[in-house]
Amino acid sequence: MKKFKLDFNLIRTLIAIGIALLLALIIILLTSDEPWAAFGYFIAGPLRNPKRFANVIEAMLPLVFTGLSVSIIARTGVFNLASEGSLFIGGAVAALCGVLLPLPSVISPVVILLIGGLAGMLALLIPTLLRVKWNANEIVSSLMLNYVLYYLGTFLIRTFVRDPDSGYLQSTAFHAEADLPVIIPGTRIHAGAAVALICVVALYLFLFRSRLGYKIRMVGENPKFSFYSGIPYALSIFAAQAVAGFVCGLGGATEMLGMFDCYKWTGLPGYGWDGIIVATLARNNPAWVPLGAFFLAYMRVGADIMTRMTDVQNEVVSIIQGVVIILLVAESFLAGWKKRRTFKEATEGVQLEGGAKA
Amino acid sequence: MKQEMIHRDPDDFPIGEEILRMSGITKVYGNGVLANENVNFSVKKGEIHAIMGENGAGKSTLMKILFGNEQPDRGEICFKGRTQTIESPKKAVELGIGMVYQHFNLAESLTVAENIVVGQEPGRGILFRQKSAYDAVEELARKYAFDIDPKSRVRDLSVGKKQKVEILKILYRNSELIILDEPTAVLTPQETEELFHQLLLLKQNGYTIIFISHKINEVKTICDRMTIIRAGKTRGTYEISELSANDISVLMVGRDVVQKIEKPAAKPGKTVLSARDLRYRNEHGAVMLDGVSFDLRQGEILGVAGVEGSGQRELAEAVSGMLRPEGGAVYLDGREITGKTPGEVRALGFSHIHEDRMTYGVAKNVSITENLIANRCASPELGGKAFFDGKKTSALAQKLVEEYQIVCKTPSVPAGMLSGGNIQKVVVAREMSVEPQVLLANQPTRGIDVGAVEFIHERLIRDSREKGCAVLLISSDLNEVLEMSDSLLVMYKGHISGYFADVSALTEQELGLYMLGLKRQSEQELKEALHEKV
Repeated sequence: MKKFKLDFNLIRTLIAIGIALLLALIIILLTSDEPWAAFGYFIAGPLRNPKRFANVIEAMLPLVFTGLSVSIIARTGVFNLASEGSLFIGGAVAALCGVLLPLPSVISPVVILLIGGLAGMLALLIPTLLRVKWNANEIVSSLMLNYVLYYLGTFLIRTFVRDPDSGYLQSTAFHAEADLPVIIPGTRIHAGAAVALICVVALYLFLFRSRLGYKIRMVGENPKFSFYSGIPYALSIFAAQAVAGFVCGLGGATEMLGMFDCYKWTGLPGYGWDGIIVATLARNNPAWVPLGAFFLAYMRVGADIMTRMTDVQNEVVSIIQGVVIILLVAESFLAGWKKRRTFKEATEGVQLEGGAKA
Repeated sequence: MKQEMIHRDPDDFPIGEEILRMSGITKVYGNGVLANENVNFSVKKGEIHAIMGENGAGKSTLMKILFGNEQPDRGEICFKGRTQTIESPKKAVELGIGMVYQHFNLAESLTVAENIVVGQEPGRGILFRQKSAYDAVEELARKYAFDIDPKSRVRDLSVGKKQKVEILKILYRNSELIILDEPTAVLTPQETEELFHQLLLLKQNGYTIIFISHKINEVKTICDRMTIIRAGKTRGTYEISELSANDISVLMVGRDVVQKIEKPAAKPGKTVLSARDLRYRNEHGAVMLDGVSFDLRQGEILGVAGVEGSGQRELAEAVSGMLRPEGGAVYLDGREITGKTPGEVRALGFSHIHEDRMTYGVAKNVSITENLIANRCASPELGGKAFFDGKKTSALAQKLVEEYQIVCKTPSVPAGMLSGGNIQKVVVAREMSVEPQVLLANQPTRGIDVGAVEFIHERLIRDSREKGCAVLLISSDLNEVLEMSDSLLVMYKGHISGYFADVSALTEQELGLYMLGLKRQSEQELKEALHEKV
């Protein structure tokens, strides 16, 4: 039964993606002069040379961090939407440290990543605190908080590390020791990939094997049940959001040190929102997050290639994202098919039993 | 073109003929539960027909199908000689089928008459003629001896009266087949008697009644025939007059059930749980606990009886830490626990079988295993400090599933897939297997099958006698509190109206008088519930 359910969700996700791609194809056919070429670049573009494929991996890294973060947040049932700001502040603080902290190599990135993680954690805990302490709606407070964090981050950069020679907001260069080294020569894939991988494994174990992870899941699954069972609500929520915030901040810091040599974000990077898409694709399970992140990153890179090579705009990706998410979130999508299969299985089992008895 | 509703008697179909036939009904729920399998069931006009079976046997599903709430995957419904597709309750009502659920669907702030005529209001155009509504309802009530004032507000009525409103609602809609889903579960013995009188009157007037019940003696009292459903299949239809109570129970569970509970005499030890002068008002300002005091001793089962809503729920929540009383104190093993959290209270050796197993008792979407370890989050037996040891949790779940006879494919299936009785066994297994000092069992066997009831009763007695567990048993099932308890508290309107040190001397009738507040013991007599000075 469990196996079937798993299959069902996977098949459902794949069908949703298939329908969205079909829709994208139709739109391309209607709007483009060279539709088949465009679709070809979109679908197979990233596979055509290793550099482009590396671009996919680079693009997916921050999505893994925010996808993990959102997965854990969603498990608690408290919908904190500050992942975006949390990642941003983690990145901004990492940039600050990258410029200001003279530390020996190896130690430097480790320390800066931890500081970035802590910054993200503190940021994400603000709406949580407001929720647990004063029952403030976390959706509103966390959404607004993203802007506060954005301006706080740019304030820090502008005040302490701004490069005065640059025309727009940009920091002076990081210490070379702070750099996350490239681990695959010829690409920009950096040591952050290893950090992301560790996070995936650690969070999977945390959520499904640890005592605290169990409490977090129970609180999200049924708050009344956990209250009655003696599972501390506030503590579990806090722990979950602290971990989620740390992962976000870590993601921001990793991106900053791995992909840039100075701060040059020009706005909120949007990875926090993408994290929601990734977590939805992964059904809030850390183990599936890399796959979800890969899918999204692959589509983005494919669309970029398509835009550069043909006359189709990469906004087509937004359409695909939208359709996939709607289909996945819609509970009754394919529910009839599931029902018929369930019915078949149940009655087949019965006949088998009857046969065995007779 | 609004038609004035005029009540007519159900006389266009001959008495004794087959008015309803359901044949080959098969229903599978979305979660893969096969609730009905090739069920055949028929009812004759003018009879009271009982449907009996354990919980999870498929009675409710069959009735939901008949009333259009669920669609059968296979099978046919034939009503008054015509094959019908009942796609919604609206269609069922049009055909002349009415149903009274266990939980009523009434607008509390409207009057009795308004509730009864709603949807088919007398009047012209958009105007509602209240007077004719009152008249119509009054006439209907008089005809079938329903003692009810059409002008009173539903929120002021007792549970028994609300049920009458539901029945009148059905009569007003010209239903001739009335389905009653465990109608006596919420009634006092006196109210039950009154209901039976009315049902017989309806029967004489040509109505057909389907009566769903667990209670063998009730079925013996008023029903003509009965159909047994077991494990989703019909096991036959019988004339009640030809069966003894014992025959019925054998048919229901497919084996002999010991009706009388074997129980060695209690040897109460020291007091482990004390409540003193507990007071609480709910969010509406109603007084729910009004100076409740008692002591619970090791090795004894102390029952709490009362009409539902007399403060039992609040009492349970106050002693388990789920609610902070406004006044008074609770002591567990000599330590004050008033205002402590459920987790803190549990850590002192307290277990709690919650009355609402679906909302509080389990997390439906997670596995049986994970439901079984909820009160063991800190247990050193299940792994290291930070992590659970998967092997140990699985072993524990496997052990409990076997010991408590939880019927499931594996302990890794979601708890929500189980039947009511098995979900209850999950709760009972979790709460009892930690060997608590005090076990609060609130409605431990409500709505579950006879086999599971018997099993839970045996475990409660064994733990109290052999392990010295102190059991506070709250139940609205009179048989249960009378059979299981060593001593008994009766609650009425938030206070204790009676304490009986020896339950065996108490009759059901006598208990009913205390439950309804017609009798109340003196302060002096009630002091006997206190064994200790705190």
